[in-house]
Amino acid sequence: MSKPVLPPGLAIQKADERIMTLNVGPQHPGSGHMRIIVQIDGDYIVACDPDPGYVHRGEEKMAEYRNYTLNVPHLERPVIHDSCNILYPYVLASEELLGLEIPERAKYIRVIASELNRCVYTMYWLAIYGIFLGHSTMFMWPAGDRELLIDLLEKMTGARVTHSYFIPGGIRNDLPANFEDVCLRQVNYFEKRIKEYADVFYDNPILISRTEKTGVLSRQDAIRLGTTGSVLRASGIDYDVRKKEPYDVYDQLDFQTNVMKSGDSYARSRIPWLDMMESCRIIRDALQKMPKSGSVRVKLKPNPKGELGSVYKRVESGRGALGCYIVSDKKPEPYRVKLSVPSFRNLIALPHLLIGEKLGNMPSIYWSLNYWPVEADR
Amino acid sequence: MSSEETSEKKTEEPKAEEKPATEKPAAKPAAEKPAAKPPPKKPAAKPAPKEPEPPAFEKSIADKITEKFGENTSVSFVKPDRVGIKVNRDSIHQVAEFARDVLNYDHVDSVAGVDYPADKEIEVVYHLGSYTDSSLDRQVLELATRAQREEEPLPGRDSTKLPSLRDIFYSVEFHEREVFEMLGVYFEGHPDNRRLLLPEDWADLPPLRKDFRNKGR
Repeated sequence: MSKPVLPPGLAIQKADERIMTLNVGPQHPGSGHMRIIVQIDGDYIVACDPDPGYVHRGEEKMAEYRNYTLNVPHLERPVIHDSCNILYPYVLASEELLGLEIPERAKYIRVIASELNRCVYTMYWLAIYGIFLGHSTMFMWPAGDRELLIDLLEKMTGARVTHSYFIPGGIRNDLPANFEDVCLRQVNYFEKRIKEYADVFYDNPILISRTEKTGVLSRQDAIRLGTTGSVLRASGIDYDVRKKEPYDVYDQLDFQTNVMKSGDSYARSRIPWLDMMESCRIIRDALQKMPKSGSVRVKLKPNPKGELGSVYKRVESGRGALGCYIVSDKKPEPYRVKLSVPSFRNLIALPHLLIGEKLGNMPSIYWSLNYWPVEADR
Repeated sequence: MSSEETSEKKTEEPKAEEKPATEKPAAKPAAEKPAAKPPPKKPAAKPAPKEPEPPAFEKSIADKITEKFGENTSVSFVKPDRVGIKVNRDSIHQVAEFARDVLNYDHVDSVAGVDYPADKEIEVVYHLGSYTDSSLDRQVLELATRAQREEEPLPGRDSTKLPSLRDIFYSVEFHEREVFEMLGVYFEGHPDNRRLLLPEDWADLPPLRKDFRNKGR
């Protein structure tokens, strides 16, 4: 048993006369469930110390007590809006450990579910990004249009969010009858609809003047800090796990990655929106190429035991590369599950971007990191 | 933001326990056909990864490291796109430098700590990736090193220490802080060894150690 230790950085610091320390969060709506300790000199941020952990739930510890299948419902908790994608690497890794071969149809359905989920997450994020820039329309529209895809996911999985749809061995259940037509119709309408966001939001001169050239992350810094996902691609590095290390059937589908060079807040907010259009393309392509019938899951033995060893798998989630590292010691429960989440990886960029910026730019920079506090805390 | 999350949480919580029950009936209709399939597949699949020699490119990466560092490193596995190297505590810094400067790995994907109470050791696993070298796009290099484990940990003040890789890979900054609080491995040379996720007044064992038990489990 160790004695209580108060970390020195979290103790109250006596600041300079003109420097004020400001706690943003952990219950401030502008930060999500997370505290950002900023020091400001007048209107300029001179120091920033992100303090995540307010919603830490010990998912990794909990995973050591449950078998491979029972881990599914709680491991998706960190990002309930992107629950298919956060389960994806876990499921891929457990399948390798359990030695399962997945039916072709299940792979396609997984891709469709994961792309729908990516859009659902991005719409939610976009709504928040909009409202924190004071753009109420951009809150209402994505929050409403998101329902189109939530309806689809509800038809597939039975739940609006927290789908628990992916399981080791495939997916939980097959698509309902007539799903393909409904999906195609909704996705086409959704794509038409999000294109309209350009008029009201992305081409809006007020938004551009607020976000352009704020919080610029250079290409070198993006690599050095090990950022991922939209943050990385906004800084000019074309790295998307779906392209670079295709999992399931992504290598057979037709899509592009979106890259921007400016690395500012505007680019980071635009990339996820462009990605949604690619997601629509992927879904249409997958619906066409998917085998029309066949099984969607492999039957598991009760309490299957993983092979001795470790597996590291990664996928591209709505926020970036999401890795899962599982160590197995031939027991029904994994010995160790480590989720390497994109929000946690991108958080390191926050102090770099905020220092030297005006406090008023903080919401646009913070939310442009595509950061989800609950995911970072796990 | 929080309203939906919390409301979902409340309604879903009982469901998490129900789930295995709902899952079984769903499995039955689909399972009857493939039920016969997995048994013949598994014996066929098992010798397959063992027999053929490891992929050439991955093996060349592993060979480069073992050639340079000899006895201080050992290859734990060479799989498609994944190379696992076990490194001595003393040479982890040099191996990481070699991986960055010669092998072109430029960032750390994740740092995982694994507790092995039986060996009296804690393993720290670095997953290295590369954005700049296109030949390494699919590759993940796993560097594993072990620190001594103490029964009565005093995080930061006992012998559970490892050299920090923060000066080589800046991206490990928060990951190493997380490993420090979760397993009590102190990283020497890390400029900022503070708590990150745990509450400031956490006075129990580092929670990801195996001797820390969740209540009721």
